[in-house]
Amino acid sequence: MGKIQLQGVRKVFGQVTVIPGVDLTVDDGSFVVFVGPSGCGKSTLLRLIAGLEDVSGGHIFIDGRDVAGLPAAQRGLSMVFQSYALYPHMTVRGNIGFGLKMAGTPKAEIARKVEAAAATLNLTPYLERKPGQLSGGQRQRVAIGRAIVREPKAFLFDEPLSNLDAALRVQMRLEISRLQKDLGTTAIYVTHDQVEAMTMADRIVVLNQGNVEQVGSPIELYERPNSLFVAGFIGSPQMNFLKGAYAAAHGAPTIGVRPEHMRAARGGEGWKGVVAVAEHLGSDTFLHVDLAEGGIVTARVIGELGLSAGDAVVLSPDPARIYRFDADGKAVAK
Amino acid sequence: MAREHTKTYRAGISVIAWAASLTLFFPILWMVVTSFKSELDAFASPPVFLFFDWTLENYHIVQTRSDYFRHASNSVILSCGSTLLALLIAIPAAWAMAFAPSKRTKDTLLWMLSTKMMPPVGVLVPIYLLYRDTGLLDSRMGLVALLCLGNLPIVIWMLFTYFKEIPKDILEAARMDGATTLKEIVYVLAPMALPGIASTLLLNVILAWNEAFWTLNLTTSKAAPLTVFIAAYSSPEGLFWAKLSAASTLAIAPILVIGWLSQRQLVRGLTFGAVK
Repeated sequence: MGKIQLQGVRKVFGQVTVIPGVDLTVDDGSFVVFVGPSGCGKSTLLRLIAGLEDVSGGHIFIDGRDVAGLPAAQRGLSMVFQSYALYPHMTVRGNIGFGLKMAGTPKAEIARKVEAAAATLNLTPYLERKPGQLSGGQRQRVAIGRAIVREPKAFLFDEPLSNLDAALRVQMRLEISRLQKDLGTTAIYVTHDQVEAMTMADRIVVLNQGNVEQVGSPIELYERPNSLFVAGFIGSPQMNFLKGAYAAAHGAPTIGVRPEHMRAARGGEGWKGVVAVAEHLGSDTFLHVDLAEGGIVTARVIGELGLSAGDAVVLSPDPARIYRFDADGKAVAK
Repeated sequence: MAREHTKTYRAGISVIAWAASLTLFFPILWMVVTSFKSELDAFASPPVFLFFDWTLENYHIVQTRSDYFRHASNSVILSCGSTLLALLIAIPAAWAMAFAPSKRTKDTLLWMLSTKMMPPVGVLVPIYLLYRDTGLLDSRMGLVALLCLGNLPIVIWMLFTYFKEIPKDILEAARMDGATTLKEIVYVLAPMALPGIASTLLLNVILAWNEAFWTLNLTTSKAAPLTVFIAAYSSPEGLFWAKLSAASTLAIAPILVIGWLSQRQLVRGLTFGAVK
């Protein structure tokens, strides 16, 4: 069991309000990702839940019990840090078993549980090594092993993959997702990488300046962003925003079109422009097109069009996929 | 050309380094040599360096006259006792300052250091009277407490500096693993800061071992350490260079050995591979 509820959680550092007041419910067994640009308060919010920072106001409930006044050690959560934060003077066995040792678990049971966790994470051959003798991916596995072995109410992940190289990151992403599904333990995962958020989350919480901007499943956020901020943050490449005559034609101050929702052609009806840069990926082509009055917009075209920089091009957006935003940046119903 | 220049340069540096080391070491060497001379040779002018009748007489006299081992055991008790007591207080204090600082932590640190700027003689009379009235005069317990308090600011400062270098994440990880503050310090912080704690310990032992102001002023016989033992050969009946040298050699020998043995511990880095 591990249902986490935040009620009016606030955090103030000196004069600076980092979290003005967050209400949020994380369902038992779900994988929730906090995403947002750096400085949006996502890590602070995670640390408040963990108990590594004290709340300035509000309540945090874990399975219905208010833990806001409890020290981290008594909240029954486990955390994986960006820096791994392994104990350098202990072996892998010691690292994974440390939490159990602190809980006063009998030695034989510690050994059994540590070995089971190590087997799950392919760490068995390294049990007697020190963290200094492991690769980055192995260290991250040890950190995960340390988290799972305690059978916590929830896992907290603080940008756990950002120290790994790209290939390893994809692999670990899958492993973490699989592990979480197998164990059925609630997980809260903080990242600034929207691809990680989209691929791993059951629900995404988009944070902006300490406020929850939108909560929803990855597809909900992609298809129905409720603000310019969310629309711009979710999706890669970023959604294009147009103002002026382009927007006025659709009856809004600002409109947004995702790069994948535009067709490009050499002629015909639509937005006329000139290719500024063409990025050829083989499977796709990203065209960065200079519209005379709309600035640079990006279009994602399947396959190869044979267009290159300087060529004239006409973009035609899918009318059903044009997002409209009011002057405050809020989404307007279609 | 460049290589030759480097060679000359290196040779020059070596000569300077050797000269400096020998200059620093010479008084110690002279003391050791003198301790094996007869009093007559010790006074000889021009001085004799190696060619004299070597004798162990002085060591024998020094031990029979003033009981080296009793003084040495007092020195060990005072320096180790005050150091352990200081560490016991300083480790939690430095932990708090390094990992849970408040607005006044910096001021507290500076204030503690400022107490070291006061000459000890300034508080000699009050402390003497306090110790006399409480019966702590010439007691090991009294001196252990005083030496501990005297060195505490330095110990806290040193530990604070070492603790600052330990990534906070690791201590937070221990907290997430369910460790109480005490367990966090015992199982995670202390082992990681071991090289720092060891060098602090060694330095404090040396400082306490050599401390001569309080030990000379507050002891007579029961708690007197080696500083008093040496001082006994420098006064009433005139100077006895050879015996004084023998006493001094005996007094510095143990600390020299400890320093030699703990060299390795002082330079070992334990934090490698902890993060990133």
